Amino acid sequence: MTHQEIIDKLPYTQPFLFVDTITEVSDKHIKGDYTFVDTADFYRGHFENFPVTPGVILLECMMQIGLVSLGIYLLREKNIDLKNNASVAMTENNVQFFKPVFPNEKVSVKSELEYFRFHKLKAKVKMFNQAGELVCSGIFSGILKPS
Amino acid sequence: MNQEIYAKLTEIIKPYLPEDVDAASIAKDSHLVNDLNINSTHLVDIVLDVEDAFDITIEDDELDNMETVAASIALIEQKSENK
Repeated sequence: MTHQEIIDKLPYTQPFLFVDTITEVSDKHIKGDYTFVDTADFYRGHFENFPVTPGVILLECMMQIGLVSLGIYLLREKNIDLKNNASVAMTENNVQFFKPVFPNEKVSVKSELEYFRFHKLKAKVKMFNQAGELVCSGIFSGILKPS
Repeated sequence: MNQEIYAKLTEIIKPYLPEDVDAASIAKDSHLVNDLNINSTHLVDIVLDVEDAFDITIEDDELDNMETVAASIALIEQKSENK
């Protein structure tokens, strides 16, 4: 499965797709990038006159790369299509934020699989900014299964 | 019922109980989700902890046999014997 094929199988679209490229993937890990474009609607309100990427959007980006993209790769041999016959839900995350992410910043997400069993995918996920500084780090869990 | 397994299993379940459920409410006929209000995704964590604690492997289709404390103990006993 190519990196682009993983992105094509993601069940998100604009304005809620937060994955630009997948740069590395294996059965144990995944890496990907996303640039938060300054035209995103949420910057108009978060915050007024001081646009900062909302933490909840950073979590979504980490989840889309670190859990969902990895899950799609791990299920590549199975007939699982998140746009048709399967669904995904974040069930738990426990994170810490270290740095803000401003408009037009590019971030990279690295995820290491802890386990994927009984449809539950759990991973350690980290987000870095372009300076290589840790932005956010935590443990994510989600359910990925036939619907 | 195997008391040793029961005691070990109770210790495994405790950390996954919601804040408002007391550990004393764990009984052998407790349904983990319906009675103890354990988040269904935490069942997976419990199963993985059980696997480690008892050195057994639970298969995908056996998750349904772990819905109650008593059923879990029966499955653990059976798996431990066939090791």
